[in-house]
Amino acid sequence: MMNTWLYARNLIVGLWIVFKRTFTKPVTVQYPEEQPYLPPRWRGRIVLTRDPDGEERCVACYLCSAACPVDCISLQAADNPEAHDRRYPAFFRINFSRCIYCGMCEEACPTNAIQLIPDFEQSEYARRNLVYEKEDLLISGTGKYHDYNFYRMAGVRTRDKDKGQGEHELPPVDVKSLMP
Amino acid sequence: MIDWSHTALTIAVMLGSCLTLAGMLIWVERRLLGVWQERYGPNRLGPGGCLQSLADMIKIFTKEDWIPPFADKAVFVITPAIVVITALMSFAVIPIAPNFVVADLNVGVLFFLAMSSLAAYSVIIGGWASNNKFAFLGSLRAIAQLLSYEVFMGLSLMGAVLLAGSFNLSDIVEAQRHQWFVIPQFLGFLGFFMAGLAEAHRTPFDMPEAEAELVAGYHSEYSGMKFGMFFVGEYLSILLLSAMTVILFFGGWHGPWLPPVVWFAVKMFGFIALIILIRAAWPRFRFDQLLSFGWKVVMPLALINLLVTGGVVLWRAG
Repeated sequence: MMNTWLYARNLIVGLWIVFKRTFTKPVTVQYPEEQPYLPPRWRGRIVLTRDPDGEERCVACYLCSAACPVDCISLQAADNPEAHDRRYPAFFRINFSRCIYCGMCEEACPTNAIQLIPDFEQSEYARRNLVYEKEDLLISGTGKYHDYNFYRMAGVRTRDKDKGQGEHELPPVDVKSLMP
Repeated sequence: MIDWSHTALTIAVMLGSCLTLAGMLIWVERRLLGVWQERYGPNRLGPGGCLQSLADMIKIFTKEDWIPPFADKAVFVITPAIVVITALMSFAVIPIAPNFVVADLNVGVLFFLAMSSLAAYSVIIGGWASNNKFAFLGSLRAIAQLLSYEVFMGLSLMGAVLLAGSFNLSDIVEAQRHQWFVIPQFLGFLGFFMAGLAEAHRTPFDMPEAEAELVAGYHSEYSGMKFGMFFVGEYLSILLLSAMTVILFFGGWHGPWLPPVVWFAVKMFGFIALIILIRAAWPRFRFDQLLSFGWKVVMPLALINLLVTGGVVLWRAG
């Protein structure tokens, strides 16, 4: 008997709690009209960025391709005789129908070239349109890192600078003179 | 002494409004469920999304009308029609306003009960003809549920019939001019409403089509417009349940200031909203709970209610 009253009471209370929702605002975001806020670190569409001088950042080291768990990145390295024989990707292709937007490529990239940006609107009617070539991926800006230039930061000797002359870099220590 | 043009007009208005309302009710239910689940529901097509049912209908008409090769074809095809026809037949005796009824039968209540019993056949033979184990389980459940709830649906509305002294639905409404029957017949109202929910296969008594267990129960194998007929039949029976509750226990068209039809519609919409709210809030009963609740709780209550009401009516008559 006790249980019956309890059941009845619970049913009525449940009904009342749901009825009170009449006066609350829906949590739905009316998507195409109302755009959701995406945090700056959102892992969305993948882009290839340029350094502040407008050169391609990518040095075609294949690390992104190796790090990719679904093997959706393919590229071909080449030397650019016009820019001190620096390496660059002859082609760079991402198959977004495979990409899982995990961001491993961005983590692997030593030159901050490949970046994931807050854009997820990549729907296509044909699957082949999801294969992005280099001209689709390469943007004219610097992405998330505005001042970063790999060749000026690298700790090794390059054609532009000697060891220890890079940005934020101390002169090299002579390890043989480092006596206690 | 029958005015044919008046009858024809009434039939046309009733048929048109019933089918339109049943279609609109699909949208109303989805919107209201949305409200109670803190979301919008279909709100794109037309003002507030009210043309959604139209789009659904176009879609369902253009779908392939497939009959499974293992089904019993003739029975399989005829079943969806039975659902809609029995539901629509019941509306013939529903008085919307004074003199606004298709057939003012002097046994209107019995006609309604007979039609809702016939509707049970569609569920049973629909599940049987599908030749599918889930459909069959659904119709087995439907048989047990409808048989047990049919009994006290009749018993619990007998109280209202006793008080009005007539099986005619218009007379029952007239008898509630000064007091709605829900006050003396509260138990009867609860019993009738519960039985009606079970008859219309609505939550918490929607075991025959428990989508979590039985795919879609007795209409698992139906597609295209045949499924659409089942769907329309369901919503017609919701309309019917609300209309009958209003007529038997909530004074039908009676109410101050507003015209009778408006009062009827307002009361009816209140019950439709309550049925949808129940769907939004309550879980499904277990099947053995459903049957034992029906036979052990509601049935004795309905009998006691009937006895007491009969005693009081006799005592008053002297």
